[in-house]
Amino acid sequence: MSEFLQFAFSGMTVGAVYALVALGFTLIYNASDVVNFAQGEFVMIGGMVTAFLYASGTPLWLAALLAIAIAAVVGVLLNKLAVEPARGASVVSLIVITIGASIFLRGLAAIVFDKQIHRFPAFTGEDPIGIMGATIVPQSLWVVGGGLAIFAALYVFLTKSVIGKAVLATANNRLAAKLVGINTNHMMTLSFGISAAVGGLAGVLATPITLTSYDMGISLALKGFAAAMLGGMGSPLGALVGGFLIGLIEQMTAGYLSSEYKDAAAFIVILVVLFTMPRGLFGPRVAERV
Amino acid sequence: MAPMRTTPMLSVRNLRSRYGRIEALYGIDLEVNAGEIVTVVGANGAGKTTLLRCLSGVQPASAGSIEFHGHNITKLPAHRRVGLGLAQSPEGRQIFTNLSVEDNLRLGAYLHGDERYDQDREDAFNMFPILKEKRYQLAGGLSGGQQQMLAIARALMSRPNCLLLDEPSLGLAPILVAQVLDAVKSLRSLGVTLLLVEQNAFAALSIADRAYVMETGQITMSGAASDLIADPRVREAYLGL
Ligand SMILES: Nc1ncnc2c1ncn2[C@@H]1O[C@H](COP(=O)(O)OP(=O)(O)OP(=O)(O)O)[C@@H](O)[C@H]1O
Ligand SMILES: [Mg+2]
Repeated sequence: MSEFLQFAFSGMTVGAVYALVALGFTLIYNASDVVNFAQGEFVMIGGMVTAFLYASGTPLWLAALLAIAIAAVVGVLLNKLAVEPARGASVVSLIVITIGASIFLRGLAAIVFDKQIHRFPAFTGEDPIGIMGATIVPQSLWVVGGGLAIFAALYVFLTKSVIGKAVLATANNRLAAKLVGINTNHMMTLSFGISAAVGGLAGVLATPITLTSYDMGISLALKGFAAAMLGGMGSPLGALVGGFLIGLIEQMTAGYLSSEYKDAAAFIVILVVLFTMPRGLFGPRVAERV
Repeated sequence: MAPMRTTPMLSVRNLRSRYGRIEALYGIDLEVNAGEIVTVVGANGAGKTTLLRCLSGVQPASAGSIEFHGHNITKLPAHRRVGLGLAQSPEGRQIFTNLSVEDNLRLGAYLHGDERYDQDREDAFNMFPILKEKRYQLAGGLSGGQQQMLAIARALMSRPNCLLLDEPSLGLAPILVAQVLDAVKSLRSLGVTLLLVEQNAFAALSIADRAYVMETGQITMSGAASDLIADPRVREAYLGL
């Protein structure tokens, strides 16, 4: 039991990070149909900027806020400089553009920062808390709590505020969005900014546990993408559930079998789900009448 | 014919537009005066929808000009035109299928604040009571006729002075056609000027003041709707009489 709990705790922790990356995918995908493979780089920027500012004497909270802001600016620039000019290009071209952007950001990070592994202290101490024979570090609670809080905030924003509804409307029908007076370019910029800030925040929360380096974004982007697909691309709830599921499957497999199999196990589950439910667990199911 | 002294509300000069290398509009001239119902009739593929898309700014004009209230809006982005009072209920309804009926209306009033919205929503519900009944349902689940009413109501939420209506009766059962066209007629009393595109030429001509006939990207005839409805060429080509 304590063993199971232990694996569950670590699964929830990595799962929350995957969920935040998947939420980032979802937001951008919804507003623009773009699958942004530079999503993992936002997480890297969040962690690296915080680590370097903190090391240079900035208080941790300020370093974290600046890191999230810088990630958001990078997200906006990515949209303005690379995605918006390619409006109307095929989905594949847009994916290639975001993969190119991710390689560029990785290279830039290696130059601006370095190629070492970095971390900064946990927010509220490093002493593990014992729960029913298993232990959890306080930072894990920050990661899981942060993931849930961001999800709740995004949910309220998208469903209750007029601007949030405009983001959803742009995703649902861009032509109609323009015809009711929505500046759809602004909505895309907003989506990239929020999505990048969410990624940056994930980096800030997770780095004390996962550590960070210039090239950590690729594997996160793949896991986050898998989580978004599993949950149903475009569904925020799906992103959340998909992220936690993949984290749990991965850590259970690593714990009970071997960490060599953890990626394969997550992958097999995704394949099975997508075979039986091609739109994922929470994908759109509304019948659209014409 | 309305008096031609005042500047028209909407004035289109030599408007051209193309899809890639294919020209869809070859120099359209058209005017709509305040308070009028003007209709554009024409066969499939004549370019009626393209014309309305150009007027709303979701399709670029390759030449010519569009003036609205005396401002040249030819290059203005689509969302700014809504702010000037030019709205459209597009072909195929284009409602936000995965949002609720009420959210569709709220977004119709995107450029307005909440107070104005509350009031205008009640007006919309009075005009189309079925929308009130279905207000919390996803718009994608509405029937075709209900979606059409929602599309018109949503366009009205921006409080346009001029409404472009593209085929509001398309695909509707005859009883609904009558209901939708009655609603369209009643818009005039709200002070909304209308440019109506219809395949159902007879219905359109019978509620319009003036009409234009469009063929392969050009205006081939224009005049008072009552004259065109009596014109043998129109009767043969578009009314099947
Ligand atoms: N997206 C597009 N790409 C290429 N050509 C198009 C496109 N949309 C319309 N066309 C062409 O432009 C011409 C005008 O089309 P348009 O839709 O404006 O006609 P319409 O009068 O509205 O027809 P309908 O009565 O069928 O709605 C047609 O020849 C059509 O094939
Ligand atoms: Mg048409």
